[in-house]
Amino acid sequence: MKLKRTLIAATIAATFAMAGAASAQVSDGVVKLGVLSDMSSLYADIGGPGSVVAAKMAVEDYLKASKSSLKVEIVSADHQNKPDVGSQIANQWYDVDKVDAIVDVPTSSVALAVAEITKKKGKAFLISGAASSDLTGKACSPNSVHWTYDTWMLANGTGSAIVKTGGDTWFFLTADYAFGLALERDTEAVVTKLGGKVLGKVRHPLNAQDFSSFLLQAQASKAKIIGLANAGGDTINSIKQASEFGIVKGGQSLAGMLVFLSDIHGLGLEKAQGLIFTETFYWDLNDQTRAWTKRFVVNSKGKYPTMVQAGVYSAVLHYLKAVDTAKTDDGTRVVAQMKAIPTDDILFGKGSIRKDGRALHPAYLVEVKKPSESKGPYDYYKIRATIPADQAFRPEKDGGCNL
Amino acid sequence: MMPRSQKTALWATAAFFLLAPLVVYPVFLMKAMCFALFACAFNLLIGFGGLLSFGHAMFLGTAGYASAHAAKAWGFAPEFAILFGTVCAALLGLVTGLIAIRRQGIYFAMTTLALAQMIYFYYLQAPFTGGEDGIQAVPRGTLIGFIDLSGIWAMYGTVFVIFMAGFLLIYRAIHSPFGQVLKAIRENEPRALSLGYDVNRYKLLAYLLSATLAGLAGATKALVFQLASLTDVHWSMSGEVVLMTLLGGLGTVFGPVVGAFIIITMENYLAQLGAWVTIAQGAIFVVCVLTFRRGAVGELGHWLKKPL
Amino acid sequence: MTEIFGVPTQALFGQLLIGLINGSFYALLSLGLAVIFGLLNIINFTHGAQYMMGAFLAYILASKTGLGYWWSLAVVPVAMGAFGVAIERSMLKQLYKLDHLYGLLLTFGLALVIQGLFRNEYGTSGLPYSMPAELAGGHNLGFMFLPNYRAWVIVASLVICLGTWFVIEKTKLGSYLRAATENPALVQAFGINVPRMITLTYGFGVALAALAGVMAAPIYQVSPQMGADLIIVVFAVVVIGGMGSIMGSILTGFGLGIIEGLTKVFYPEASNTVIFVIMAVVLMIRPAGLFGAQK
Repeated sequence: MKLKRTLIAATIAATFAMAGAASAQVSDGVVKLGVLSDMSSLYADIGGPGSVVAAKMAVEDYLKASKSSLKVEIVSADHQNKPDVGSQIANQWYDVDKVDAIVDVPTSSVALAVAEITKKKGKAFLISGAASSDLTGKACSPNSVHWTYDTWMLANGTGSAIVKTGGDTWFFLTADYAFGLALERDTEAVVTKLGGKVLGKVRHPLNAQDFSSFLLQAQASKAKIIGLANAGGDTINSIKQASEFGIVKGGQSLAGMLVFLSDIHGLGLEKAQGLIFTETFYWDLNDQTRAWTKRFVVNSKGKYPTMVQAGVYSAVLHYLKAVDTAKTDDGTRVVAQMKAIPTDDILFGKGSIRKDGRALHPAYLVEVKKPSESKGPYDYYKIRATIPADQAFRPEKDGGCNL
Repeated sequence: MMPRSQKTALWATAAFFLLAPLVVYPVFLMKAMCFALFACAFNLLIGFGGLLSFGHAMFLGTAGYASAHAAKAWGFAPEFAILFGTVCAALLGLVTGLIAIRRQGIYFAMTTLALAQMIYFYYLQAPFTGGEDGIQAVPRGTLIGFIDLSGIWAMYGTVFVIFMAGFLLIYRAIHSPFGQVLKAIRENEPRALSLGYDVNRYKLLAYLLSATLAGLAGATKALVFQLASLTDVHWSMSGEVVLMTLLGGLGTVFGPVVGAFIIITMENYLAQLGAWVTIAQGAIFVVCVLTFRRGAVGELGHWLKKPL
Repeated sequence: MTEIFGVPTQALFGQLLIGLINGSFYALLSLGLAVIFGLLNIINFTHGAQYMMGAFLAYILASKTGLGYWWSLAVVPVAMGAFGVAIERSMLKQLYKLDHLYGLLLTFGLALVIQGLFRNEYGTSGLPYSMPAELAGGHNLGFMFLPNYRAWVIVASLVICLGTWFVIEKTKLGSYLRAATENPALVQAFGINVPRMITLTYGFGVALAALAGVMAAPIYQVSPQMGADLIIVVFAVVVIGGMGSIMGSILTGFGLGIIEGLTKVFYPEASNTVIFVIMAVVLMIRPAGLFGAQK
């Protein structure tokens, strides 16, 4: 099922040639942002329509605070987690609809494709949803900025924090595809480096419904920590069934390698309690995040923001700042400008963007509360530790990026 | 031998695809042509052979992966990459055909589904396919040594030629003695058998032809989008080609082209609405099966009382 | 501790038991499909979506009316059965005189519509459904910890499967049904209301799917695509077992669950594929399935 955007716009536009040469002004007077996300399936609650809300809020807040004269437009589309759909939309947006920057894109396979296209056409790519650390590694580009999180940060944040608090024997439940394997590899490296041991691993097929067999193997290994190197429905099913088999009650802990607020909401605290993982944003961190969340919730049908959506806000804000400073919407120049200015916003605090495109900001090790400890809607996490920005992400020299 | 109505339709189709890129986004049209070829290949099997394959995606996807890999990892020139992809699909068609042809009706459909699922799970794990990432950044290369396909018009022209060639091949097959025997088998297999025709061989040939041309569509598509991904081998893709053919008109010559075009355009329009695409597709299935069985082109042909 | 192929026997027994539990689920799921195909010659592609609706209805009952699991087990199948009757009356009926493939296409389309509607309304993260208190917890059997709920699934599945088989194969009602599918005109001539039987049979098949959905809700993720992922596997079970044979599907369901369980131990990456490999092989050697009779 392939998707593309408005055919009528294409007919009217009739300009399918590549975007024109860079000029020292905003092309055609409008800065157009395209929020490309999964609007209807696996990651719709993690990014999706919420990302569009966040982007709109960023535009609003920026224009109000800076009194800038920029005209900004936002369009959005659903890439359905398919690289072919995503690349078609990206191509059409850049070629026909005069989009200047693409935002979000959860699902690494789509992000990699869009990064390539963005580089070829000299636009800008503000990544929030995708996980692959290759985006600032061997697939880095002068046109991409990677916000929010990546697999290295997740593996290191969660892995090292857990090992340091005594969880030194691990068993991995890994989704048998590129992302799951990468997560397992990165986490295993961290665990063994800190002196822990991996007692075993089992690879399950993607979208397996029943995990009882794999959980049984995890139980038999008697590892203190069961690492869930999977995402989405697989993680939810693993956790749900782990609670059924009394894994946590039996003394083992679950470590989710990639878990979002919306997943916890779908699971319920009864099943998810005690789960430990890393995020870079939580709505209840401080007064500023709480105030922002209140505004967000009004437009999101009551759903609270995930870190991906917060990342979209932050990225768009910084992008607009860079556009105004550099006085152009030429992607390569704007991204260079984004790296030159430090980042600062109410959601992620102060940070910066490295040469390889990696945005640096603090990360938080969180633990899911027990049902009795939760006092209100979405009151799910306790913050166990804060990882400072310069330690949370992979050192620049280790990435293999040649920028 | 070609009925006048079909001749007109043929010229109309060629003219449309030649002139449309002046006003319509050419990448969209190239996608339409690839899927039209895929649907025509599928229609050869069901509309004329009477065999519903529920696993045709395996040919589209296999050819796509093969041609993408050949172009990217082995540096094949585009014409050889496409050829390689098509040949791989043909081989797969031979192997799966030998397994599936012996059954009929529902059992045939289920067998093709099972085989396609096995292929899907293989590609999910095989390292060369890149799994969820797919094979990305496939180079388009230079056709026969001097036509640079990275230019939009060169690529478009190539796809157009491939589409028309494939379409004409299917047309010839349908209107040849081979096609007549196929029709006879579809109408009344025991009688065809009693007349001395090796029914299974004819069915296998039709299946093989269908698989090869579906592969041609897939191999070309991989170069157009410079990407080969799991979507092309997933069973929902098999369902989609059934939908396109059903909507256009099973057993008509031009139906699949029209059906493919409508479905792709519809997906475009409904793209922002996410889940509504699925709902619309399902609704079209239901409506077509209940009240619109001849499909768009079929109804048109019926109304004009001319074969289309 | 003794080992078989590198796996300790204790763990192996645990995995076998898990396989049996999954098998009972497969059997329960494929039962509805087998009934509908065996008796009506309709491939009900909507089966997965109806299973999903069963789970969702259970969730809705719990959250909107407070009716718990046990009530859902009774109410949901009846409600979904009525839904099935409505579908059959309004749409399927018209297709009986046509090629069976049209029935397949119609139910496929319906599945897409239902799934799309639910996805639109409920998103994809899944909804929480709590385990009924009476079945929570479990027992340590020595070689593994068996959750009570899983034990309940085996028992319930066996009861329902055998009960259905008995009704269809051994009772007068069942014999009428079977006769009606073989020769509707003749049976109608005997004064039996054949169309009504067909409608009720379809409704019954749908009710079975929905019942499986309710049973799945506490342990599997309640999401709009839960059926889509499962339906292909269930088809494989029915095809292997023999598309006309109820007992075939039951036995194959259990058997396949065990085989899949063993694959998960020795070669887990292939656990998705093994069912299709078996399906392809069976279709080559015995196209009518292991227990079926070619129609």
